[in-house]
Amino acid sequence: MASNERATSPPWPAGRPDRSRPAGRPRWRPRPASLAAVTAVVLTAGGLTGGSGHAQDGSLAPGGRAAASAGVPELPAASDDRNCERSLTPASDDGPAIKALKNRKVKKLVAGVDQNAYRWGYRDPDSQRITGFDIDLVHAIAEEIYGDPDAVVFRTLATNQMIPALQDRTVDVVARTMTIDCARAEKVAFSTAYFEAGQQVLAPKGAEFTGFDISLTGKRVCVARGSIAEGALDDPKHGAKSLDVTKVTVPNALDCLVRLQQGTVDAEVTDNSLAASQAAQDPTVELVGDRFTDEPYGVAMNRGDKDLVRRVNKVLEDYRRGGGHSRWMASYHRWLSDDLKGIKKPPKAKYQH
Amino acid sequence: MSDPTSSGAVAPPGAATVPPPSPAPAGPATAPPATAPQGPPRPRRWGWPLSQPRRVVTTRPGRLRVLSAVLCLLSLFSGALTAWQVSARSSAADRVVTQGGDLSAKAAEIYRLLADADAAVATGFLSGRQEPRELRAQFDDDVAEASRLLARTAAKTTESAPAAGEIRALNAKLPYYSAEVESARANNRQGLPLGVAYLRAANDTMRDELLPTAKRLYDVETRQLNEDYGDARAWPWAALALSVVSLVALCWCQVREFRRTNRVFNRGLLTASVCCAVTLVWMAAGHGAARSELGSSDRHGAASIRVLNEARIAALQARGDENLTLVARGAVVTKRGMDAYEEGHRQQIERLVGKRTASTGSAAAEPDSVLGRAAALADDEDGREPVAAATRKTHEWRERHRDVRSADQAGEHQRAVDLLLSDGHGPQGSFKAVDGALQRALKSERKEFTRAAEDGADAFTALVPGAVVLGLLAAGGAVVGVGRRLSEYQ
Repeated sequence: MASNERATSPPWPAGRPDRSRPAGRPRWRPRPASLAAVTAVVLTAGGLTGGSGHAQDGSLAPGGRAAASAGVPELPAASDDRNCERSLTPASDDGPAIKALKNRKVKKLVAGVDQNAYRWGYRDPDSQRITGFDIDLVHAIAEEIYGDPDAVVFRTLATNQMIPALQDRTVDVVARTMTIDCARAEKVAFSTAYFEAGQQVLAPKGAEFTGFDISLTGKRVCVARGSIAEGALDDPKHGAKSLDVTKVTVPNALDCLVRLQQGTVDAEVTDNSLAASQAAQDPTVELVGDRFTDEPYGVAMNRGDKDLVRRVNKVLEDYRRGGGHSRWMASYHRWLSDDLKGIKKPPKAKYQH
Repeated sequence: MSDPTSSGAVAPPGAATVPPPSPAPAGPATAPPATAPQGPPRPRRWGWPLSQPRRVVTTRPGRLRVLSAVLCLLSLFSGALTAWQVSARSSAADRVVTQGGDLSAKAAEIYRLLADADAAVATGFLSGRQEPRELRAQFDDDVAEASRLLARTAAKTTESAPAAGEIRALNAKLPYYSAEVESARANNRQGLPLGVAYLRAANDTMRDELLPTAKRLYDVETRQLNEDYGDARAWPWAALALSVVSLVALCWCQVREFRRTNRVFNRGLLTASVCCAVTLVWMAAGHGAARSELGSSDRHGAASIRVLNEARIAALQARGDENLTLVARGAVVTKRGMDAYEEGHRQQIERLVGKRTASTGSAAAEPDSVLGRAAALADDEDGREPVAAATRKTHEWRERHRDVRSADQAGEHQRAVDLLLSDGHGPQGSFKAVDGALQRALKSERKEFTRAAEDGADAFTALVPGAVVLGLLAAGGAVVGVGRRLSEYQ
């Protein structure tokens, strides 16, 4: 093929002088100073862009920060993301977005959710209804806007469809274990955090691991491809190499549970929310140690729907109110407390001033 | 004076004995050259003056004896070589008929059964927690039949054959796959998404390990079939050459004798020449006929069967992917963010009929797609009609799949599942029609293949014993014929 020929043979026959540069001009040689300048520019650019998150293929958990950029340690959470957690103060008046919702022909809230996340957003194969912790929240929002908790149409989304669906207004809200981070906050608006998640280790009971630390030395650890957990393992300072673990990747976090059951891996690192849903399916595994990252979950909405954001924050305030008897705690007990033990209260709301 | 007993009783093994010399028939009588020398009586060993080699080459009787020996041996060897080469080709042709058709079909059938089992499990999952009984039964039957076929194929394959490794691999992995499917079912019954994860793991085992191994087994069998074709169709040059040489030698001999003795017909030599000529013509004609029939069975039968098997497997994989799209519910995405199983389905349909849809082009398949190639290879109405039906139904399948996909993407999962599984108007119905049409096409092509291959093998009938008998007759005729001349020197 022509392109092959171009690739393998120069346009002039071998032996003739190289006429690709004008004769007389010396060939450019890199000088140390220019090399240093180029390196500095590259490193700065890398440092600036390294902090942006990316969606993960197939992983049920949303992506937070990308894998370690040049030299920046992955853990713990940087302060810039905690600032992005701050949302608009709650309000209950109907702004343009809420009015548009109420004046719709079909008076239902269109919510983007997951259908594969057991206990968070899961479609039961028999009843075909989607239920879970996120879904309870969606019903509460629908009840606030329309007065009817069932005034919802669920649209199931893959990880990489969440932001485009909001920007195209295919959905009104997204409640899909979505981590709040600054890169996403530039594209969509987040409510206040409704759950504090983070990466944690899941292992068989009796395995005597104590967390993401040296107790994992010499073991095979499973992570979902492209997830934050994979980034943590790839981290040169604190990751697989320094702990001497073998990394095993799978397309979807649930496949790690399959591997755990089949005995081809010894432990798994994933979002504690996902780990909880896996522990709910297999009583012989449990979460070990503490979570070692901070990933707050928030409800995402279109950037322009500021009044909707305020309204949802109001819903969340009501959701949190009541201490041990709040709706949040009730939902937590219904779905998560068996496997994610020890959470006493919902995360505190952070508002912009 | 020579006494009757010392007449040159030339008796190479198996030849008729020479009758006692009678008065020479009409014709110039040549004085016999040097008579047997006086001397001590020599031991009678076939009567050949072996102790006097010069006598062999210088005396006419000696030369005649050599000539008769040479002609006899030539005829015998030519007969033997013909028989040997033809028998090798005949058994290769028989292998083409029995094993070529059979084993290759077995390997393709194993491949098809495994793909069908995989699709059945996925369909079962779509029906909720409780898998319908008929789908469960279909899976069990498919796996059992695949195991049986594997056992039979293993029995026919020797340990060192290239197919043996593939069969061992399939035997080892099949129980592993079944175990993963059972875990999937057990978890699904409890409504856990872990069931779908196991199903995807089983599907990966099927796609990444079992199906490629079955495909390799199929390729090994196809290679074996091609080798057998080659063996059966190779011209038997050595036998042909030797037959021609014998025929030429006999004719030259007769011409020489005619010039010398003015006798046109020497019965023995004539018989020998005729036998030789008959063997030659029979071998050439028989082999030519076999070659043409076998070639036709290869081009029209075996090639069609290969392409149709390819089509059947592509259709099965497309169906499996279609089901898994709805079962996995977006759990696995490709690098570009598309649903992995939807992509897989689209690729298989494109392999079958190409990118052009029925609305943009004709309802025919693109020429380099699998069904397009099948249509080109089919050479009678019985073969063409099912392929055309399969192509039409594949286009229909593509349309119906689009409806299912748009329902799924609009979030109406249950409607998508109902659409998918409805026999009459859904993609499932289209798949069944495509599969049925391909089965009909395969049946017709197999008949075609078997008929042509059997005709080819039959062309060798009786050639082997015939060549032996004719060789013996020719040898005998040569000896008699030359002996006739030889007897005149007594």
